[in-house]
Amino acid sequence: MKKWTPYLLLVPTFIIIVLFIYIPAGFSLNTSLYRVLPFGRGMQFIGIRNFTRLFTNADYIYSVKFTIVYVVITVSITILLSFLIATQLIKKVPGVRLFRTLIFAPYAVSPAIAGALWTFMLNPVVGHISYFFQRTFGIQVEWLTSKPHAFYAIVFASVWKILPFDMIFYIASIQNVPGEMLESARIEGAGVMQRTWKIIFPLVSPITFYLVIMNIVTTMFSSFAIIDVMTKGGPGQFTTNMIYRMYLDGFYFQKQGVASAQSIILIAVMIVVTLIYFKFGEQHVHYQ
Amino acid sequence: MKISTKKKSDIIFTEIILIIMSFIFVLPLILALTMSLQPAQSVFSFPPKFFPTGFHWQNYLVAFRTVPFGRLLLNSTIVAIMVTIGKLITGTLAGYAFANFKFFGKNFGFSFLFATLFLPAELIMIVPLFSIMAKFGWVNTYWALTIPFMASATNTFILRQHFLMIPKELEDSAKIDGAGPMAYFIKILLPLSKSMIGGVSIINFIYAWNFYLWPLIITMEDRMKTVQVGVKMLIDAEGASNWGVIMAGTVSAVIPTLIVFFILQPLFVKSLTRSGIKG
Repeated sequence: MKKWTPYLLLVPTFIIIVLFIYIPAGFSLNTSLYRVLPFGRGMQFIGIRNFTRLFTNADYIYSVKFTIVYVVITVSITILLSFLIATQLIKKVPGVRLFRTLIFAPYAVSPAIAGALWTFMLNPVVGHISYFFQRTFGIQVEWLTSKPHAFYAIVFASVWKILPFDMIFYIASIQNVPGEMLESARIEGAGVMQRTWKIIFPLVSPITFYLVIMNIVTTMFSSFAIIDVMTKGGPGQFTTNMIYRMYLDGFYFQKQGVASAQSIILIAVMIVVTLIYFKFGEQHVHYQ
Repeated sequence: MKISTKKKSDIIFTEIILIIMSFIFVLPLILALTMSLQPAQSVFSFPPKFFPTGFHWQNYLVAFRTVPFGRLLLNSTIVAIMVTIGKLITGTLAGYAFANFKFFGKNFGFSFLFATLFLPAELIMIVPLFSIMAKFGWVNTYWALTIPFMASATNTFILRQHFLMIPKELEDSAKIDGAGPMAYFIKILLPLSKSMIGGVSIINFIYAWNFYLWPLIITMEDRMKTVQVGVKMLIDAEGASNWGVIMAGTVSAVIPTLIVFFILQPLFVKSLTRSGIKG
Protein backbone atom coordinates (compact mmCIF):
# COMPACT_ATOMS: atom_id res chain seq x y z
CA MET A 1 0.00 0.00 0.00
CA LYS A 2 2.67 2.48 1.11
CA LYS A 3 4.74 1.95 -1.99
CA TRP A 4 1.82 2.85 -4.19
CA THR A 5 0.70 5.93 -2.26
CA PRO A 6 2.64 8.57 -4.26
CA TYR A 7 1.48 7.08 -7.55
CA LEU A 8 -2.13 7.10 -6.48
CA LEU A 9 -1.77 10.71 -5.36
CA LEU A 10 -0.56 11.66 -8.83
CA VAL A 11 -3.26 9.82 -10.77
CA PRO A 12 -5.89 12.62 -10.93
CA THR A 13 -3.39 15.25 -12.11
CA PHE A 14 -1.83 12.97 -14.70
CA ILE A 15 -5.13 11.76 -16.13
CA ILE A 16 -6.15 15.35 -16.72
CA ILE A 17 -2.91 16.57 -18.25
CA VAL A 18 -2.59 13.54 -20.51
CA LEU A 19 -6.19 13.60 -21.71
CA PHE A 20 -6.57 17.34 -22.10
CA ILE A 21 -3.08 18.64 -22.80
CA TYR A 22 -0.79 15.95 -24.22
CA ILE A 23 -3.28 14.07 -26.39
CA PRO A 24 -4.65 17.27 -27.97
CA ALA A 25 -1.09 18.54 -28.51
CA GLY A 26 -0.29 15.25 -30.24
CA PHE A 27 -3.40 15.66 -32.38
CA SER A 28 -2.22 19.12 -33.40
CA LEU A 29 1.21 17.84 -34.35
CA ASN A 30 -0.39 15.10 -36.43
CA THR A 31 -3.05 17.32 -38.02
CA SER A 32 -0.43 19.91 -38.98
CA LEU A 33 0.88 17.40 -41.55
CA TYR A 34 -2.49 16.93 -43.23
CA ARG A 35 -4.91 18.84 -45.32
CA VAL A 36 -8.25 18.43 -43.53
CA LEU A 37 -11.06 18.34 -46.07
CA PRO A 38 -14.20 20.21 -45.04
CA PHE A 39 -17.43 18.48 -43.95
CA GLY A 40 -15.62 15.43 -42.54
CA ARG A 41 -14.51 14.21 -45.97
CA GLY A 42 -11.27 12.93 -44.47
CA MET A 43 -7.64 13.98 -44.36
CA GLN A 44 -4.89 14.04 -46.93
CA PHE A 45 -1.22 13.76 -45.96
CA ILE A 46 0.76 16.70 -47.28
CA GLY A 47 3.94 16.63 -45.14
CA ILE A 48 5.24 20.04 -44.13
CA ARG A 49 3.30 21.88 -46.81
CA ASN A 50 1.02 23.56 -44.26
CA PHE A 51 4.14 25.15 -42.78
CA THR A 52 5.75 26.19 -46.05
CA ARG A 53 2.44 27.70 -47.18
CA LEU A 54 2.18 29.70 -43.97
CA PHE A 55 5.55 31.32 -44.55
CA THR A 56 4.49 32.54 -47.96
CA ASN A 57 1.04 33.61 -46.77
CA ALA A 58 0.94 37.41 -46.53
CA ASP A 59 -1.85 37.38 -43.91
CA TYR A 60 0.11 35.06 -41.66
CA ILE A 61 3.36 37.00 -42.06
CA TYR A 62 1.46 40.16 -41.19
CA SER A 63 0.08 38.57 -38.01
CA VAL A 64 3.61 37.56 -36.97
CA LYS A 65 4.92 41.08 -37.53
CA PHE A 66 1.96 42.60 -35.73
CA THR A 67 2.45 40.25 -32.77
CA ILE A 68 6.10 41.27 -32.45
CA VAL A 69 5.32 45.01 -32.51
CA TYR A 70 2.38 44.62 -30.14
CA VAL A 71 4.33 42.48 -27.66
CA VAL A 72 7.44 44.68 -27.66
CA ILE A 73 5.51 47.92 -27.18
CA THR A 74 3.03 46.59 -24.61
CA VAL A 75 5.65 44.80 -22.52
CA SER A 76 8.10 47.75 -22.52
CA ILE A 77 5.46 50.24 -21.43
CA THR A 78 4.08 47.89 -18.79
CA ILE A 79 7.47 47.09 -17.25
CA LEU A 80 8.63 50.71 -17.19
CA LEU A 81 5.39 52.11 -15.77
CA SER A 82 4.89 49.38 -13.19
CA PHE A 83 8.45 49.80 -11.94
CA LEU A 84 8.07 53.57 -11.60
CA ILE A 85 4.72 53.33 -9.84
CA ALA A 86 6.05 50.62 -7.54
CA THR A 87 8.93 52.89 -6.44
CA GLN A 88 6.27 55.31 -5.21
CA LEU A 89 4.01 52.65 -3.72
CA ILE A 90 6.70 51.37 -1.33
CA LYS A 91 6.99 54.76 0.40
CA LYS A 92 5.35 55.20 3.77
CA VAL A 93 2.93 57.96 2.86
CA PRO A 94 -0.62 58.38 4.13
CA GLY A 95 -3.13 56.17 2.33
CA VAL A 96 -0.56 54.00 0.57
CA ARG A 97 -2.51 50.82 1.35
CA LEU A 98 -5.61 52.24 -0.27
CA PHE A 99 -3.62 53.34 -3.33
CA ARG A 100 -2.18 49.85 -3.70
CA THR A 101 -5.59 48.23 -3.49
CA LEU A 102 -7.01 50.61 -6.08
CA ILE A 103 -4.13 50.22 -8.52
CA PHE A 104 -4.25 46.42 -8.17
CA ALA A 105 -7.95 46.32 -9.08
CA PRO A 106 -7.53 45.58 -12.83
CA TYR A 107 -5.84 42.30 -11.90
CA ALA A 108 -9.27 40.92 -11.00
CA VAL A 109 -10.79 42.21 -14.25
CA SER A 110 -10.78 39.78 -17.17
CA PRO A 111 -9.23 40.65 -20.54
CA ALA A 112 -12.72 40.52 -22.10
CA ILE A 113 -14.04 43.06 -19.61
CA ALA A 114 -10.92 45.20 -19.96
CA GLY A 115 -11.75 45.23 -23.67
CA ALA A 116 -15.37 46.22 -23.01
CA LEU A 117 -14.40 49.02 -20.62
CA TRP A 118 -11.90 50.53 -23.04
CA THR A 119 -14.25 50.15 -25.99
CA PHE A 120 -16.71 52.23 -23.99
CA MET A 121 -14.23 54.91 -22.91
CA LEU A 122 -12.86 55.27 -26.42
CA ASN A 123 -16.30 55.42 -28.04
CA PRO A 124 -16.44 58.59 -30.16
CA VAL A 125 -19.96 59.48 -29.00
CA VAL A 126 -20.18 58.59 -25.31
CA GLY A 127 -16.57 57.85 -24.32
CA HIS A 128 -14.76 59.97 -21.77
CA ILE A 129 -11.35 59.57 -23.37
CA SER A 130 -12.70 60.56 -26.77
CA TYR A 131 -14.25 63.59 -25.10
CA PHE A 132 -10.93 64.43 -23.46
CA PHE A 133 -9.09 64.23 -26.78
CA GLN A 134 -11.72 66.33 -28.44
CA ARG A 135 -11.54 69.08 -25.82
CA THR A 136 -7.76 69.08 -25.41
CA PHE A 137 -6.49 68.50 -28.91
CA GLY A 138 -9.60 69.29 -30.90
CA ILE A 139 -9.46 65.96 -32.71
CA GLN A 140 -12.20 63.39 -33.03
CA VAL A 141 -10.79 59.91 -33.45
CA GLU A 142 -12.59 56.72 -34.42
CA TRP A 143 -10.36 54.80 -32.06
CA LEU A 144 -11.35 51.22 -32.82
CA THR A 145 -12.03 51.40 -36.52
CA SER A 146 -9.16 53.45 -37.90
CA LYS A 147 -5.44 52.90 -38.33
CA PRO A 148 -3.25 53.28 -36.39
CA HIS A 149 -5.56 54.20 -33.50
CA ALA A 150 -7.02 50.70 -33.13
CA PHE A 151 -3.51 49.56 -32.24
CA TYR A 152 -3.11 52.23 -29.54
CA ALA A 153 -6.52 51.29 -28.15
CA ILE A 154 -5.47 47.66 -27.74
CA VAL A 155 -2.18 48.67 -26.15
CA PHE A 156 -4.03 50.91 -23.62
CA ALA A 157 -6.33 48.09 -22.58
CA SER A 158 -3.50 45.53 -22.41
CA VAL A 159 -1.21 47.73 -20.31
CA TRP A 160 -4.06 48.61 -17.95
CA LYS A 161 -4.86 44.94 -17.51
CA ILE A 162 -1.30 43.55 -17.13
CA LEU A 163 0.34 46.32 -15.11
CA PRO A 164 -1.07 45.42 -11.65
CA PHE A 165 0.42 41.92 -11.85
CA ASP A 166 3.89 43.37 -12.45
CA MET A 167 3.44 45.95 -9.74
CA ILE A 168 2.66 43.37 -7.08
CA PHE A 169 6.00 41.70 -7.84
CA TYR A 170 7.95 44.94 -8.07
CA ILE A 171 6.63 46.13 -4.72
CA ALA A 172 7.63 42.86 -3.07
CA SER A 173 11.13 42.94 -4.56
CA ILE A 174 11.88 46.67 -4.15
CA GLN A 175 11.08 46.29 -0.47
CA ASN A 176 13.91 43.77 -0.28
CA VAL A 177 16.50 46.26 -1.54
CA PRO A 178 18.74 46.93 1.48
CA GLY A 179 18.02 50.36 2.95
CA GLU A 180 21.69 50.97 3.90
CA MET A 181 22.71 50.77 0.27
CA LEU A 182 20.30 53.54 -0.70
CA GLU A 183 21.25 55.56 2.37
CA SER A 184 24.97 55.45 1.61
CA ALA A 185 24.30 56.34 -2.00
CA ARG A 186 22.24 59.29 -0.81
CA ILE A 187 25.09 60.43 1.46
CA GLU A 188 27.47 60.25 -1.45
CA GLY A 189 25.19 62.62 -3.28
CA ALA A 190 23.26 60.33 -5.62
CA GLY A 191 19.95 61.92 -6.60
CA VAL A 192 16.57 60.22 -6.75
CA MET A 193 16.97 59.41 -10.43
CA GLN A 194 20.41 57.91 -9.93
CA ARG A 195 19.30 55.85 -6.95
CA THR A 196 16.31 54.57 -8.86
CA TRP A 197 18.05 53.65 -12.12
CA LYS A 198 21.60 52.86 -10.96
CA ILE A 199 20.79 50.96 -7.76
CA ILE A 200 17.19 49.79 -7.47
CA PHE A 201 16.58 48.86 -11.10
CA PRO A 202 19.71 46.67 -11.46
CA LEU A 203 19.00 45.02 -8.10
CA VAL A 204 15.51 43.97 -9.12
CA SER A 205 16.60 42.83 -12.60
CA PRO A 206 15.86 39.15 -11.87
CA ILE A 207 12.24 40.06 -11.20
CA THR A 208 12.19 42.25 -14.30
CA PHE A 209 13.41 39.29 -16.32
CA TYR A 210 10.72 37.05 -14.89
CA LEU A 211 8.04 39.65 -15.54
CA VAL A 212 9.18 40.27 -19.12
CA ILE A 213 8.80 36.56 -19.87
CA MET A 214 5.40 36.33 -18.15
CA ASN A 215 4.20 39.47 -19.93
CA ILE A 216 5.33 38.19 -23.32
CA VAL A 217 3.27 35.05 -22.80
CA THR A 218 0.24 37.02 -21.57
CA THR A 219 0.36 39.50 -24.45
CA MET A 220 0.75 36.72 -26.98
CA PHE A 221 -2.10 34.52 -25.72
CA SER A 222 -4.47 36.20 -23.26
CA SER A 223 -4.74 39.20 -25.57
CA PHE A 224 -7.23 37.14 -27.57
CA ALA A 225 -10.21 38.38 -25.55
CA ILE A 226 -9.12 42.03 -25.67
CA ILE A 227 -8.77 41.90 -29.45
CA ASP A 228 -11.98 39.92 -29.97
CA VAL A 229 -14.04 42.36 -27.91
CA MET A 230 -12.42 45.60 -29.09
CA THR A 231 -11.59 45.23 -32.79
CA LYS A 232 -12.25 41.63 -33.92
CA GLY A 233 -8.80 41.87 -35.47
CA GLY A 234 -9.75 44.89 -37.58
CA PRO A 235 -9.98 47.33 -39.21
CA GLY A 236 -9.39 44.86 -42.04
CA GLN A 237 -6.82 42.65 -40.36
CA PHE A 238 -4.85 45.50 -38.89
CA THR A 239 -4.94 44.17 -35.30
CA THR A 240 -4.95 40.43 -36.07
CA ASN A 241 -2.17 38.87 -34.01
CA MET A 242 -0.99 35.26 -34.21
CA ILE A 243 -3.48 33.79 -31.76
CA TYR A 244 -6.37 35.65 -33.40
CA ARG A 245 -5.20 34.51 -36.85
CA MET A 246 -5.16 30.94 -35.55
CA TYR A 247 -8.67 31.31 -34.14
CA LEU A 248 -9.94 32.69 -37.45
CA ASP A 249 -8.34 29.88 -39.47
CA GLY A 250 -9.09 27.05 -37.07
CA PHE A 251 -12.51 27.92 -35.73
CA TYR A 252 -14.05 30.42 -38.07
CA PHE A 253 -12.83 29.15 -41.45
CA GLN A 254 -12.41 25.53 -40.24
CA LYS A 255 -8.98 25.17 -41.85
CA GLN A 256 -7.77 22.71 -39.25
CA GLY A 257 -4.51 21.64 -40.87
CA VAL A 258 -3.33 25.23 -41.25
CA ALA A 259 -4.44 26.16 -37.73
CA SER A 260 -2.64 23.14 -36.28
CA ALA A 261 0.56 24.14 -38.07
CA GLN A 262 0.17 27.60 -36.49
CA SER A 263 -0.26 26.08 -33.06
CA ILE A 264 2.93 24.03 -33.53
CA ILE A 265 4.81 27.20 -34.46
CA LEU A 266 3.49 28.95 -31.35
CA ILE A 267 4.43 25.99 -29.15
CA ALA A 268 7.95 26.21 -30.60
CA VAL A 269 8.02 29.91 -29.68
CA MET A 270 6.87 29.04 -26.17
CA ILE A 271 9.60 26.42 -25.80
CA VAL A 272 12.24 28.94 -26.85
CA VAL A 273 10.89 31.59 -24.47
CA THR A 274 10.73 29.15 -21.55
CA LEU A 275 14.20 27.77 -22.23
CA ILE A 276 15.65 31.28 -22.37
CA TYR A 277 14.01 31.92 -19.04
CA PHE A 278 15.45 28.85 -17.40
CA LYS A 279 18.86 29.27 -18.98
CA PHE A 280 19.33 32.86 -17.87
CA GLY A 281 16.72 33.57 -15.26
CA GLU A 282 16.06 30.77 -12.89
CA GLN A 283 19.14 30.89 -10.73
CA HIS A 284 18.56 34.56 -9.94
CA VAL A 285 14.87 34.66 -9.24
CA HIS A 286 13.95 34.54 -5.60
CA TYR A 287 10.44 33.75 -4.55
CA GLN A 288 10.09 35.53 -1.28
CA MET B 1 15.10 71.74 9.22
CA LYS B 2 16.05 71.76 5.59
CA ILE B 3 15.84 67.97 5.47
CA SER B 4 12.37 67.83 6.94
CA THR B 5 10.90 70.33 4.47
CA LYS B 6 12.53 68.35 1.70
CA LYS B 7 10.94 65.21 3.08
CA LYS B 8 7.59 66.92 3.29
CA SER B 9 7.73 67.97 -0.35
CA ASP B 10 8.76 64.42 -1.25
CA ILE B 11 5.71 63.06 0.49
CA ILE B 12 3.42 65.54 -1.21
CA PHE B 13 4.94 64.70 -4.58
CA THR B 14 4.46 60.96 -4.01
CA GLU B 15 0.96 61.52 -2.73
CA ILE B 16 -0.04 63.50 -5.82
CA ILE B 17 1.41 60.90 -8.20
CA LEU B 18 -0.32 58.07 -6.36
CA ILE B 19 -3.68 59.86 -6.30
CA ILE B 20 -3.47 60.45 -10.05
CA MET B 21 -2.42 56.86 -10.73
CA SER B 22 -5.11 55.34 -8.50
CA PHE B 23 -7.62 57.53 -10.25
CA ILE B 24 -6.47 56.42 -13.71
CA PHE B 25 -6.56 52.75 -12.76
CA VAL B 26 -9.97 52.77 -11.14
CA LEU B 27 -11.49 55.25 -13.57
CA PRO B 28 -12.72 52.68 -16.13
CA LEU B 29 -14.60 50.84 -13.37
CA ILE B 30 -16.17 54.01 -11.95
CA LEU B 31 -17.18 55.23 -15.40
CA ALA B 32 -18.75 51.86 -16.18
CA LEU B 33 -20.80 52.03 -12.97
CA THR B 34 -21.83 55.63 -13.69
CA MET B 35 -22.89 54.78 -17.22
CA SER B 36 -24.80 51.71 -16.09
CA LEU B 37 -26.89 53.80 -13.66
CA GLN B 38 -27.66 56.50 -16.20
CA PRO B 39 -31.22 56.76 -17.54
CA ALA B 40 -31.33 55.95 -21.28
CA GLN B 41 -32.04 59.53 -22.37
CA SER B 42 -28.99 60.99 -20.61
CA VAL B 43 -26.49 58.44 -21.89
CA PHE B 44 -25.39 60.91 -24.52
CA SER B 45 -25.05 63.79 -22.05
CA PHE B 46 -22.33 66.17 -23.05
CA PRO B 47 -19.86 66.50 -21.40
CA PRO B 48 -20.04 62.91 -20.19
CA LYS B 49 -20.64 62.39 -16.46
CA PHE B 50 -18.02 61.03 -14.10
CA PHE B 51 -20.15 60.03 -11.15
CA PRO B 52 -23.68 58.61 -10.92
CA THR B 53 -26.40 61.23 -10.51
CA GLY B 54 -29.09 58.81 -9.46
CA PHE B 55 -29.88 55.16 -9.18
CA HIS B 56 -31.58 54.10 -12.39
CA TRP B 57 -31.33 50.35 -12.44
CA GLN B 58 -33.48 49.91 -15.58
CA ASN B 59 -30.34 49.25 -17.63
CA TYR B 60 -29.72 46.16 -15.54
CA LEU B 61 -33.23 44.91 -16.29
CA VAL B 62 -32.71 45.44 -20.01
CA ALA B 63 -29.28 43.76 -19.91
CA PHE B 64 -30.69 40.73 -18.11
CA ARG B 65 -33.52 40.52 -20.65
CA THR B 66 -31.40 40.98 -23.78
CA VAL B 67 -28.93 38.27 -22.77
CA PRO B 68 -29.79 35.61 -20.13
CA PHE B 69 -27.38 37.20 -17.67
CA GLY B 70 -28.85 35.51 -14.60
CA ARG B 71 -28.17 32.13 -16.13
CA LEU B 72 -24.72 33.21 -17.34
CA LEU B 73 -23.79 34.40 -13.84
CA LEU B 74 -24.89 31.03 -12.50
CA ASN B 75 -22.80 29.25 -15.14
CA SER B 76 -19.71 31.30 -14.33
CA THR B 77 -20.19 30.63 -10.62
CA ILE B 78 -20.52 26.89 -11.20
CA VAL B 79 -17.52 26.81 -13.51
CA ALA B 80 -15.31 28.92 -11.20
CA ILE B 81 -16.19 26.91 -8.08
CA MET B 82 -15.83 23.53 -9.78
CA VAL B 83 -12.45 24.44 -11.30
CA THR B 84 -11.23 25.86 -7.98
CA ILE B 85 -12.24 22.75 -6.02
CA GLY B 86 -10.91 20.39 -8.69
CA LYS B 87 -7.56 22.18 -8.80
CA LEU B 88 -7.29 22.12 -5.01
CA ILE B 89 -7.89 18.38 -4.91
CA THR B 90 -5.50 17.46 -7.72
CA GLY B 91 -2.94 20.08 -6.66
CA THR B 92 -2.77 19.19 -2.97
CA LEU B 93 -2.57 15.45 -3.72
CA ALA B 94 0.12 15.80 -6.38
CA GLY B 95 1.96 18.47 -4.40
CA TYR B 96 2.00 16.12 -1.41
CA ALA B 97 3.37 13.29 -3.56
CA PHE B 98 6.20 15.45 -4.90
CA ALA B 99 7.01 17.09 -1.57
CA ASN B 100 6.87 14.20 0.90
CA PHE B 101 7.63 10.98 -1.00
CA LYS B 102 10.58 9.40 -2.69
CA PHE B 103 9.51 7.11 -5.48
CA PHE B 104 10.69 5.60 -8.75
CA GLY B 105 10.02 7.95 -11.68
CA LYS B 106 9.63 11.06 -9.52
CA ASN B 107 11.94 13.18 -11.70
CA PHE B 108 10.28 11.99 -14.85
CA GLY B 109 6.83 12.74 -13.43
CA PHE B 110 7.97 16.18 -12.41
CA SER B 111 9.38 16.98 -15.85
CA PHE B 112 6.30 15.57 -17.53
CA LEU B 113 4.15 17.97 -15.53
CA PHE B 114 6.60 20.80 -15.98
CA ALA B 115 6.58 20.45 -19.78
CA THR B 116 2.89 21.40 -19.88
CA LEU B 117 4.06 24.96 -19.23
CA PHE B 118 5.13 24.97 -22.90
CA LEU B 119 1.57 24.33 -24.00
CA PRO B 120 -0.66 27.33 -23.25
CA ALA B 121 -4.32 26.39 -23.01
CA GLU B 122 -5.27 28.75 -25.84
CA LEU B 123 -3.24 26.69 -28.31
CA ILE B 124 -4.84 23.43 -27.30
CA MET B 125 -8.37 24.81 -27.28
CA ILE B 126 -8.79 26.09 -30.78
CA VAL B 127 -8.69 22.85 -32.74
CA PRO B 128 -7.85 19.57 -31.00
CA LEU B 129 -9.53 19.94 -27.60
CA PHE B 130 -12.83 20.62 -29.31
CA SER B 131 -12.55 17.36 -31.28
CA ILE B 132 -11.83 15.45 -28.08
CA MET B 133 -14.82 17.01 -26.33
CA ALA B 134 -16.95 16.07 -29.33
CA LYS B 135 -15.77 12.45 -29.00
CA PHE B 136 -16.67 12.47 -25.30
CA GLY B 137 -20.06 13.97 -26.14
CA TRP B 138 -19.22 16.88 -23.84
CA VAL B 139 -19.78 19.79 -26.24
CA ASN B 140 -22.06 22.36 -24.63
CA THR B 141 -21.77 20.89 -21.10
CA TYR B 142 -20.33 21.92 -17.74
CA TRP B 143 -17.96 18.94 -18.00
CA ALA B 144 -16.22 20.49 -20.98
CA LEU B 145 -16.08 23.87 -19.27
CA THR B 146 -14.45 22.55 -16.11
CA ILE B 147 -12.77 19.14 -16.16
CA PRO B 148 -9.96 19.92 -18.65
CA PHE B 149 -8.82 22.76 -16.34
CA MET B 150 -8.88 20.87 -13.07
CA ALA B 151 -5.13 20.28 -12.93
CA SER B 152 -2.17 22.47 -13.72
CA ALA B 153 1.57 22.49 -13.26
CA THR B 154 1.81 25.90 -11.57
CA ASN B 155 -0.93 24.98 -9.13
CA THR B 156 0.88 21.76 -8.17
CA PHE B 157 4.26 23.45 -7.88
CA ILE B 158 3.03 26.18 -5.53
CA LEU B 159 1.44 23.67 -3.19
CA ARG B 160 4.47 21.40 -3.36
CA GLN B 161 6.70 24.36 -2.51
CA HIS B 162 4.51 25.16 0.45
CA PHE B 163 4.44 21.56 1.74
CA LEU B 164 8.25 21.47 1.55
CA MET B 165 8.41 24.32 4.04
CA ILE B 166 6.42 22.44 6.66
CA PRO B 167 8.85 20.87 9.18
CA LYS B 168 9.66 17.24 8.48
CA GLU B 169 9.53 16.44 12.22
CA LEU B 170 5.76 16.80 12.17
CA GLU B 171 5.51 13.98 9.66
CA ASP B 172 7.91 11.81 11.63
CA SER B 173 6.07 12.26 14.91
CA ALA B 174 2.74 11.57 13.21
CA LYS B 175 4.24 8.34 11.90
CA ILE B 176 5.41 7.38 15.38
CA ASP B 177 1.88 7.99 16.63
CA GLY B 178 0.74 5.47 14.05
CA ALA B 179 -0.88 7.87 11.57
CA GLY B 180 -0.80 6.67 7.96
CA PRO B 181 0.20 9.00 5.09
CA MET B 182 -3.40 10.03 4.36
CA ALA B 183 -4.16 10.73 8.01
CA TYR B 184 -1.10 12.99 8.21
CA PHE B 185 -2.17 14.70 4.97
CA ILE B 186 -5.75 15.37 6.06
CA LYS B 187 -5.30 16.03 9.76
CA ILE B 188 -2.00 17.91 9.83
CA LEU B 189 -0.70 19.04 6.45
CA LEU B 190 -3.90 20.55 5.05
CA PRO B 191 -4.91 22.44 8.22
CA LEU B 192 -1.38 23.89 8.42
CA SER B 193 -1.67 25.12 4.82
CA LYS B 194 -4.97 26.97 5.23
CA SER B 195 -3.75 30.43 4.27
CA MET B 196 -1.84 29.15 1.23
CA ILE B 197 -4.84 27.14 0.10
CA GLY B 198 -6.99 30.25 0.55
CA GLY B 199 -4.68 32.36 -1.59
CA VAL B 200 -4.40 29.72 -4.31
CA SER B 201 -8.20 29.35 -4.33
CA ILE B 202 -8.72 33.07 -4.99
CA ILE B 203 -6.22 33.04 -7.84
CA ASN B 204 -7.90 29.99 -9.38
CA PHE B 205 -11.39 31.36 -8.87
CA ILE B 206 -10.53 34.60 -10.68
CA TYR B 207 -8.73 32.62 -13.40
CA ALA B 208 -11.75 30.40 -14.07
CA TRP B 209 -14.30 33.20 -13.75
CA ASN B 210 -12.39 35.05 -16.47
CA PHE B 211 -12.42 32.22 -19.06
CA TYR B 212 -13.35 33.62 -22.44
CA LEU B 213 -11.99 31.76 -25.46
CA TRP B 214 -13.01 28.29 -24.29
CA PRO B 215 -16.69 29.00 -23.53
CA LEU B 216 -16.81 30.88 -26.83
CA ILE B 217 -15.70 27.74 -28.69
CA ILE B 218 -17.26 24.90 -26.72
CA THR B 219 -20.76 26.19 -25.92
CA MET B 220 -23.39 26.26 -28.62
CA GLU B 221 -26.42 27.55 -26.77
CA ASP B 222 -26.67 30.94 -25.08
CA ARG B 223 -27.79 29.37 -21.83
CA MET B 224 -24.50 27.47 -21.49
CA LYS B 225 -22.21 30.47 -22.00
CA THR B 226 -20.44 32.42 -19.26
CA VAL B 227 -20.68 36.10 -18.26
CA GLN B 228 -17.46 36.98 -20.07
CA VAL B 229 -18.97 35.87 -23.35
CA GLY B 230 -22.25 37.50 -22.22
CA VAL B 231 -20.58 40.92 -22.27
CA LYS B 232 -19.51 40.35 -25.86
CA MET B 233 -23.03 39.13 -26.75
CA LEU B 234 -24.44 42.30 -25.23
CA ILE B 235 -22.08 44.52 -27.24
CA ASP B 236 -23.11 42.71 -30.43
CA ALA B 237 -26.82 42.78 -29.53
CA GLU B 238 -26.85 46.48 -28.66
CA GLY B 239 -24.87 47.33 -31.78
CA ALA B 240 -22.32 49.11 -29.59
CA SER B 241 -24.68 52.00 -29.00
CA ASN B 242 -26.78 51.46 -25.90
CA TRP B 243 -23.85 51.87 -23.54
CA GLY B 244 -25.92 52.08 -20.37
CA VAL B 245 -27.12 48.53 -20.95
CA ILE B 246 -23.73 47.22 -22.07
CA MET B 247 -22.04 48.66 -18.99
CA ALA B 248 -24.77 47.22 -16.75
CA GLY B 249 -23.80 43.77 -18.05
CA THR B 250 -20.10 44.54 -17.70
CA VAL B 251 -20.53 45.68 -14.09
CA SER B 252 -22.53 42.52 -13.27
CA ALA B 253 -19.77 40.37 -14.75
CA VAL B 254 -16.92 42.08 -12.90
CA ILE B 255 -18.45 42.62 -9.46
CA PRO B 256 -18.01 39.05 -8.12
CA THR B 257 -14.26 38.97 -8.79
CA LEU B 258 -13.79 42.51 -7.50
CA ILE B 259 -15.55 41.65 -4.24
CA VAL B 260 -13.48 38.49 -3.78
CA PHE B 261 -10.39 40.48 -4.64
CA PHE B 262 -10.99 43.45 -2.32
CA ILE B 263 -11.97 41.37 0.70
CA LEU B 264 -9.17 38.86 0.44
CA GLN B 265 -6.46 41.02 -1.08
CA PRO B 266 -3.72 40.64 1.58
CA LEU B 267 -3.94 36.85 1.49
CA PHE B 268 -3.97 36.87 -2.25
CA VAL B 269 -1.02 39.21 -2.82
CA LYS B 270 1.08 37.10 -0.47
CA SER B 271 0.39 33.86 -2.32
CA LEU B 272 0.83 35.51 -5.69
CA THR B 273 4.33 36.82 -4.99
CA ARG B 274 5.30 33.60 -3.29
CA SER B 275 4.19 31.49 -6.18
CA GLY B 276 4.92 33.46 -9.28
CA ILE B 277 1.70 32.14 -10.74
CA LYS B 278 0.35 33.85 -13.81
CA GLY B 279 -3.18 35.24 -13.83
